[in-house]
Amino acid sequence: MHLGPISAAGNISWLIPMGSASVPSNLKRSDTGPGAAKTKKWAGALNRDDNFAIEIRNATKVFGAGEGAVVAVKDVSLSIRENEFLTLLGPSGCGKTTLLRMIAGFDHPTKGEILLEGRDISGLPPYQRPVNTVFQSYALFPHMTVAQNIGFGLEMQDKPAKEVKETVERMLALVRMSELKDRRTDQISGGQQQRVALARALAPHPKVLLLDEPLSALDYKLRKEMQIELKRLQHETGITFVFVTHDQEEALTMSDRIAVMQLGEVLQLGSPRDIYDHPAERFVADFIGDTNFLNANVVAVDGRSAQLRLASGREIAADLPEGFAPVAGDRVTAVVRPEHASLASASGDYDLLGTLTNIVYVGTDTHYYVAPENGETANGETFVARLQNTRDGTQAGQVGEPIGVCLQQNSIQVLRD
Amino acid sequence: MAVQTSFNKDAADPPTTPQSQQANRVKRSWLLSTPALVVLFIGASGPLLIVLLYSFLQAGDYGGVEWAWSIDGWVKVFLSRDIFDDTLSIADAHVTILWRSMRLSFLTTMIALLLGFPTAYFIATRPMRTRSLWLFLITIPFWTNLLIRTFAILEVIRNQGVINSFLMGMGFTEEPIQMLYTDFAIMVGMAYVYLPLMVLPIYASMEKLDFRLVEAGYDLYATRFRVLRKIIFPLVKPGVVAGSILVFIPSLGAYVTPRVLGGGKHMMLGNLIELQFGQGRNWPLGAALSITLLALVMAALIVYVGTVQKQDRGHG
Repeated sequence: MHLGPISAAGNISWLIPMGSASVPSNLKRSDTGPGAAKTKKWAGALNRDDNFAIEIRNATKVFGAGEGAVVAVKDVSLSIRENEFLTLLGPSGCGKTTLLRMIAGFDHPTKGEILLEGRDISGLPPYQRPVNTVFQSYALFPHMTVAQNIGFGLEMQDKPAKEVKETVERMLALVRMSELKDRRTDQISGGQQQRVALARALAPHPKVLLLDEPLSALDYKLRKEMQIELKRLQHETGITFVFVTHDQEEALTMSDRIAVMQLGEVLQLGSPRDIYDHPAERFVADFIGDTNFLNANVVAVDGRSAQLRLASGREIAADLPEGFAPVAGDRVTAVVRPEHASLASASGDYDLLGTLTNIVYVGTDTHYYVAPENGETANGETFVARLQNTRDGTQAGQVGEPIGVCLQQNSIQVLRD
Repeated sequence: MAVQTSFNKDAADPPTTPQSQQANRVKRSWLLSTPALVVLFIGASGPLLIVLLYSFLQAGDYGGVEWAWSIDGWVKVFLSRDIFDDTLSIADAHVTILWRSMRLSFLTTMIALLLGFPTAYFIATRPMRTRSLWLFLITIPFWTNLLIRTFAILEVIRNQGVINSFLMGMGFTEEPIQMLYTDFAIMVGMAYVYLPLMVLPIYASMEKLDFRLVEAGYDLYATRFRVLRKIIFPLVKPGVVAGSILVFIPSLGAYVTPRVLGGGKHMMLGNLIELQFGQGRNWPLGAALSITLLALVMAALIVYVGTVQKQDRGHG
């Protein structure tokens, strides 16, 4: 089944908070006292960058106690901007889902606090938080129809029946499910269930929408379409999206910012381009995209850039991660992406020399595997260069022959050690 | 398959076409269920037919039946014949007992539901390892004879029993509170005895419940009570229906519990039926009362299942 833009049939403007521009700018959000929170309640959104929808302050979550205790989230501080699409990215067990569940209210932080628009919500149960979740399993109510599922949140908020009905109709149109509104949830396909789950979570117009790997059960093509649609919905509704995934491609496609997590900690927070081009940690570089790790010695440091000497003797400029200042003579690890390398004749000019061990054709590109001669790569790993294919089908070399590798200018990133 | 082939071999006129062979096989396949049918007839329908037959016979002077048709047994279910002038009047005692049976069975079912539902929820939300332990604890009372369990309840609620001793010892009351030989005693006894029959089916439904749906409910602004009412209860309703039926039916026909805890005065249908086959020496009346009990159970079931289905349709 092909899905068009799912919002095409519905007008979304109603979803954007009313009068968001008319809120006086002197209404500061720094007040956290209970009295201030009470008078302010959930005041309209300020569309300014320094307004955070969610602030997580030193949140720690420990499951169990004593020897068997597991630290799922370790002292995480994270500020999520309003109308931002933030992705928590990491392998399973990295604490990303626990962090999401703490925002939703299903888990409570062992230490630290969680603020929603400046108000501490750590102690509130889920049903008192203006935050909705799209569950990985969708968790649609099997004893209700599609329309009843979507209207559930509004009904629980005791909205008038007329308003519930109208909103449900709009949401059905928004996700193009109007035809199937009286179906039971087990009578619709996985992709349709996904859209119902999305509509159900969006219907009460939450301040923040949490998405827990919602696309993982969809097939590749549907997932691609939903990625774009989610991004669009987020942009048009003005709702802050917090998205959890282990799929780095998904994260890069949709996010405004990505928080890469490992072992309960946020290793790096930044835009997709930041994270991809300037990974600060070995784990981040390894987890996102394909990477070559190089051994290098620092020759000179100038602010955020450094001059490195590779094992081949070649010197090359590299970027330094924030808060990391090596001195000349230090041994560091640097990374370069496969697409930022090119191949050269072994007799010509190159940055490192090796033997071509394998050539893999993958359609758009060809991957060349080079075993470096002088241990330029960390742990003696094979260096991978990815070259875009042309129609003439020429190859850059022959397997078994020596070949030179050239690295593009401004493509080397030093890792924090 | 092998059995069916042998049937075909025995067939007097061998089938000529595959179609007729197929038809023959289908025609004779009911023979395979003969053992089950025999058991059903001997175990269920047969005795029931005998009871039905007896209810239309004359009572023997010293118990048993005279082989002559009579509807006296059925007349006496609701009416009583004056021993002097043979006039008929409403059998107050029978109506009272019938009403008590229905009322107490209903209340017992409600008590068992109120106690059993949270118990089943508690067990279903324990970690997998400990669930079997809790279920085991629930089934322990079944190891003991019903009579002994009933006497245990008697020991607890009698005038010199545990509860009254405690209340009097603490000075809450001067005189013991009369609990034994009341409707209340019967109700408590039956609820205790039949509680596991409520817990187990509800647990079976609850165990299959996807608790992520409960989280989804909380997430969508439903309070705890509303999650219970709008999500958990509708989804475990099959278990609640099964449990209610399993408690209501034996309660309606209960014999031992009302006998021990109700004394002689607070009879239920089961005791009344026993009375007719014993001291009453009126087997046709006893048989008619038995059939009445059966009809009541069926009527209650039909009403109950009908209500539940109507609710389901209401949900869409």
